[in-house]
Amino acid sequence: MSTTATSPVQGESQPDKGRRPAVSTKPVTWKLPVTLSVLATIAFIFFGLLGPQANAKFGVSSGGDFFQLPAIDVPAFLSGMVLSLILLGLAGYALVLKAKKNVRPPSWLPAVFTVVFVVAFLIWVVGGARTPSISLAGLIAGSVTLAVPIVFGSLSGVLCERAGVVNIAIESQLLGGAFTAALVASLTHNPYLGLLAAAVAGALVSMVLALFSIKYVVNQIIVGVVLNVLVSGLTGFLFTTVMQSDPEKYNSPAELPIIDIPVLSGIPVIGPILFKQSVVGYLMYVAVIVIWVALFKTKWGLRVRAVGEHPQAADTLGINVNATRFWNVTLGGAVAGIGGSFFTLVAIDSFTKEISGGRGFIALAAMILGRWNPIGAFFAALLFGFADNLQSIVTIIGTPVPSQFMAMLPYVVTVFAVAGLVGRSRPPAADGIPYIKG
Amino acid sequence: MLQPPYASGPSLPDTSRLVRVLKLELKGITKRFGSLVANDHIDVVVEPGQIHCLLGENGAGKSTLMNVLYGLYEPTEGEILIDDKPVTFRGPGDAMAAGIGMVHQHFMLVPVFTVAENVALGAETTKTGGFLDLEDTRRKIREISDRYGFDVDPDALIEDLPVGVQQRVEIIKALVRDAKVLILDEPTAVLTPQDTDELLDIMRQLKSHGTSIVFISHKLREVKAVSDTITVIRRGKVVGSADPGASTTELASMMVGRAVSLTLDKAPANPQETTFEVKDLTVIAPSGQHVVDGISFGIARGEILAIAGVQGNGQTELTEAILGLHERAHGSITLDGEELLGRSVKDVLNAGVGFVPEDRSLDGLIGTFSIAENLILDRYDQAPFAKGISMSPAKVLENAKTRIEEFDVRTPSGMLAAGTLSGGNQQKVVMARELSRPLRLFIASQPTRGVDVGSIEFLHKRIVAERDHGTPVMIVSTELDEVIELADRIAVLYKGRLVGIVPAGTGRDVLGLMMAGVSLDEAQADAAGKHSAQRPAPTTAENPAGNTAENPAGTPAANPATTPATSQAPAAPSVQEPGSGAVGDHHE
Amino acid sequence: MSENTEPRPAAAPDPDRLPAAQATAVEPEPLEDDEAFVTSLDTAGGAHQPSAVPVSTQSGSLPGAPEEESLLRKIFTGNGIVTILAVLLALILGGLLIAMTDKVVGTTAGYLFARPTDFLTAVWSAATGSYVALFQGAVFNPRGAGVAGQFAPLMETLTIATPLITAGLGVALAFRAGLFNIGAQGQIIMAGILASWVGFALHLPVGLHLLLVLVAGVIGGAVWGGIVGVLKARTGAHEVIVTIMFNYIALYFLRDLLDTDLFQRPGADTPISPIVDPSAAYPLIFGSQYRLHLGFLLAIAATVFVWWLLNRSTLGFEFRAIGANPKAALTAGINVSRATILVMTIAGGLAGLAGVAQVAGTEKVLTDGVAATYGFDAITVALLGRSSPWGTFAAGVLFGAFRAGAVQMQIQTGTPIDIVLVVQSLIVLFIAAPPLVRAIFGLNPRKKKAATAGKTKQAATTGGAA
Repeated sequence: MSTTATSPVQGESQPDKGRRPAVSTKPVTWKLPVTLSVLATIAFIFFGLLGPQANAKFGVSSGGDFFQLPAIDVPAFLSGMVLSLILLGLAGYALVLKAKKNVRPPSWLPAVFTVVFVVAFLIWVVGGARTPSISLAGLIAGSVTLAVPIVFGSLSGVLCERAGVVNIAIESQLLGGAFTAALVASLTHNPYLGLLAAAVAGALVSMVLALFSIKYVVNQIIVGVVLNVLVSGLTGFLFTTVMQSDPEKYNSPAELPIIDIPVLSGIPVIGPILFKQSVVGYLMYVAVIVIWVALFKTKWGLRVRAVGEHPQAADTLGINVNATRFWNVTLGGAVAGIGGSFFTLVAIDSFTKEISGGRGFIALAAMILGRWNPIGAFFAALLFGFADNLQSIVTIIGTPVPSQFMAMLPYVVTVFAVAGLVGRSRPPAADGIPYIKG
Repeated sequence: MLQPPYASGPSLPDTSRLVRVLKLELKGITKRFGSLVANDHIDVVVEPGQIHCLLGENGAGKSTLMNVLYGLYEPTEGEILIDDKPVTFRGPGDAMAAGIGMVHQHFMLVPVFTVAENVALGAETTKTGGFLDLEDTRRKIREISDRYGFDVDPDALIEDLPVGVQQRVEIIKALVRDAKVLILDEPTAVLTPQDTDELLDIMRQLKSHGTSIVFISHKLREVKAVSDTITVIRRGKVVGSADPGASTTELASMMVGRAVSLTLDKAPANPQETTFEVKDLTVIAPSGQHVVDGISFGIARGEILAIAGVQGNGQTELTEAILGLHERAHGSITLDGEELLGRSVKDVLNAGVGFVPEDRSLDGLIGTFSIAENLILDRYDQAPFAKGISMSPAKVLENAKTRIEEFDVRTPSGMLAAGTLSGGNQQKVVMARELSRPLRLFIASQPTRGVDVGSIEFLHKRIVAERDHGTPVMIVSTELDEVIELADRIAVLYKGRLVGIVPAGTGRDVLGLMMAGVSLDEAQADAAGKHSAQRPAPTTAENPAGNTAENPAGTPAANPATTPATSQAPAAPSVQEPGSGAVGDHHE
Repeated sequence: MSENTEPRPAAAPDPDRLPAAQATAVEPEPLEDDEAFVTSLDTAGGAHQPSAVPVSTQSGSLPGAPEEESLLRKIFTGNGIVTILAVLLALILGGLLIAMTDKVVGTTAGYLFARPTDFLTAVWSAATGSYVALFQGAVFNPRGAGVAGQFAPLMETLTIATPLITAGLGVALAFRAGLFNIGAQGQIIMAGILASWVGFALHLPVGLHLLLVLVAGVIGGAVWGGIVGVLKARTGAHEVIVTIMFNYIALYFLRDLLDTDLFQRPGADTPISPIVDPSAAYPLIFGSQYRLHLGFLLAIAATVFVWWLLNRSTLGFEFRAIGANPKAALTAGINVSRATILVMTIAGGLAGLAGVAQVAGTEKVLTDGVAATYGFDAITVALLGRSSPWGTFAAGVLFGAFRAGAVQMQIQTGTPIDIVLVVQSLIVLFIAAPPLVRAIFGLNPRKKKAATAGKTKQAATTGGAA
């Protein structure tokens, strides 16, 4: 790099920070109210007017619960009408706020809207099915299960991008974690070692991202894209040459047990999701909370966010920008690696090629939808897990909605999100911009 | 942007507190970047409790030197001594630990953080477990605010604060870290003259509390007003030190290295009919703020109208609106009776508007494109460079050869990337492009920002030549010197409004007050009565809209007297030598 | 690597810190540091914006002596060598990986200290064996039947390279406009859907049918890319995210369609479409002995077209301008929104051409694997080709060779095809980080200081005089 010393380029600069106050960066647009109105209208037409006449039946309790609740039986048409009218009301409120006061709707509004919409949608789907009955408890528990790797992946994204490094490589971190967990857990017959190895593997993948994007200033998106290919090739190669040569020895990982906390796990609906999880599942909740607290309440978090927003300012205050980024990216990789281990140590009992199946990209989407906030990302990931789970359930109960459409949903929602149609998301200001010390 | 005037004047030296002062010495500091020597054996001694000024042109190597001192660069040679003991700074952390603080020209504040978070950053107080204790930081901020009369809310978001307050946050940041030597890098570039005065007061206060200050500037007036010692730097070398009492011309010639004529020889304007008119122009920012608010003025052929004002008062938006870059602009902009508003940038350019944007590297040039390509950036799709959508590279090169010669662009080849040129030469490329076609209006924003003195003269002459050619010319500049030098008439903007239009020759003090939003009448009254020792209370933040109405712009034929009050303007403060401003007088 | 001493400011242009620009401007031989100069542009470009492309490639190529000269210099002194070394390094690492998992190597490692030569021989033969098979499967097979048979692998390489080249061009073109088109995969799928439908559902005369297939496919890709352009231009949605999402949306859409009567082959249980009509298929260039079809000639034509577009057309000027500095482009009167939409549309259309090559050329049916991984490979192809049209062409052929050879390699030596992914991605990583490659091969240039010390005085005295 010392060769670059001869010709600094005068032309390259960041936008003048001094100009910032003149034009405020917080426009209030029509996008959100209009989008909500469109969605509410769709809901009114389909879930309401054209809603199915049957009753939708939702089982709340499962057999193991320590007390049983009766199943909820709702008339699909009526509830569709009511809920879509609520949606119209919410959208109308947003429109009024924009038109009369030129303010954005309160932040609870899109969240409430989403929840109501999802409920209305669910009733519509179930009510229109051949067998209009599903287990709500099972649906939610399944959603959480499917969301676990997505949550870890999105946390990895949050850790990297809050420090200013774009992480397109979540997919490869998950995949690397899944492979290593399977291999190590098989060889050692110890799933916990597999878990640890997955974290290390994720961190190693991330270190490559960090090395190339920070030290060699290669475009972060390029490194991320290429890493996905590299890890996919590497795990595929080793899967064929090593694992398949002796699956018994190399690809039969010991599974992580499900730890059932007595009594608590028997609470209907929330019991299984909070108190009947594998170690990875519990770790997920811990990770979300710890990372949120660390980012927003601690000295470390303040520094990380400063590095992601204004690295030069951080540098002038004695914070080592590139070291901060390097370790954050590495940590992010470790987190994603743990998420990857979920595939091979909890969900499926062996590794197969491309086992992560694009969930790294859904995790990226969850991070964006969650606005680079661990808790936001967690709920976005849950939503995606829900869509994923619903997809398999609708196939079983037989609804008119094609399951491919359900599978598509997270991606469509994300496109809407980045287009600013469901609220504005602002990434950290220095996200993706390498820091080259002056 | 105005600060409420703080109650007390400079407080007395706080003798009750024993302040550790330190002596700072830079010895033989050399900093090379490849083949370039930015600092060449520089020796500077900053005595305790002094305001030491580093005076030098843009590009003289002042900031490099300070970045060495602040630990951002490692010196190639030489050493830094604190209280006669050599020290090595591996990073800003070391420098801060040694008692050195720095306020950067471009503020180092995280816009989405609060004041307290910004102040805490890097020097956080924590509770057990690494949790932030911002309460402690808030207390420190209040303490310092009280001591120096700052009015800073620790919980305000930086991006919501005006520039002047942001600068105070920067100073607080340094003081919280117990800085004994405070480096201020071109601190007045973004301030109104009045804010500048307040800053100079703050500097004196800091000094009285025992803080030494290294003041980096190229503005002679400020330097003379506040410095105890002046070290002049030119082309990376110390060329000498000067006494604050030295004359402005003396300092200027030391700074530039030769005798400079501070005034441009230009023939008096010969204004003809008004062809360019702006009426009731309002530009609304995405936030809903009126960044340009009901502006009306006109420019005649053969005259230069300069738009003066502190950066961020609507100048950028005004030029952008004329060019068609703003969607939410209302009113009317006509050129030879033809409406420009609502048309695309391309249409406006093709209508004969030449435009030199304020930030050439960002808006004016494509650094990685060749000079030749940059010279046709706005005409790549027109004959002779293109037929249909097919371009002719030979014609592009041919054009480059001519322009490079004509505008004296110092480059071995038109094939080189424009980003490799010096600031002055880049600006020549932009000017060459804009002036090489028949124009009906020429707009230049900050035409000489960051440009060396040699190029400034050349560029100014070109602008005047365009005026003499019969083109209406609009100059936007935040440098009062440049405004005074080029303008035939001066329009002052404040918070998006037109404070007034005054003829060339209006006093610097009157302009300065107008730039702070004081109406023309009041400004003149105040400037006339300035010796009555009464400080103007700059509370006229909301400038009555009637003010612009009083100055019905667009009648430049009646050039010398747009309002009755102006008639006395040329008489009273008369044309001064630029550089000897009123600011100094103000306080003595 | 002494980054700390670099004079490049990460943020604002500070004239005080940058007098170097003045010095270089007056230096008599600025071309001498051509390579350094290119590098600095690259990284400085990245300093303020994620630059999709090595910005040094941004400037159009104009005719003239200096250009030719510097091109030669570049090949001999700079990027050319790095490219070759990067490929070599990736192959070596890939070889080590092959050797590591090889059985014979494993056995010989057991008595490594007793007979180390056995081990080394095994390593060598494992790695070279695979690569020889790869070469034979990709370029020339001496055991082939007759000359035609011997060159069959080469033809297969070009066949596989065809979609790689056109999709790669789509990615490269967007790169030049500063846009990351990760969406070639989805664009290929959409093109495949439309092209195949026209191909099997309509029955038209020869010529017209193929033309319609071609047009339908290109439109499919162009629309899918164009929507991304519209979203980017109108809402500022980041194209990386949007294109990734669009890939999945396209894939699920395709899977859904293959479930319907409209697309599923009558009587088939699997998601597969009917075979396209013979009149809708690309003619084979060298007869039926090879699979090489008209699509390859179209790929060459597309390369010429993109070269012309970028270097000789006003549209290309606009694309390059918005890629290098969108604000300056806007100020110069270029309609950035229009150019963004247009470039994504054309990029999508080029990727669409790859989709057509799949359904009308190689596969002749639509399955959910119609795009294979061509869309993602296209990104590495464009990166390896440094976003220049002919570079992309060459990279496409190289990666086509890898893919074609890998099949043969797997049959002959059992080395899985995945090794190609590893080698491919390593090549791109190394090429993107020349200092790493040079460091590995001990080629790091002598400290610049020594070389330039002589000029110091001159620079100091002339600096700022401009």
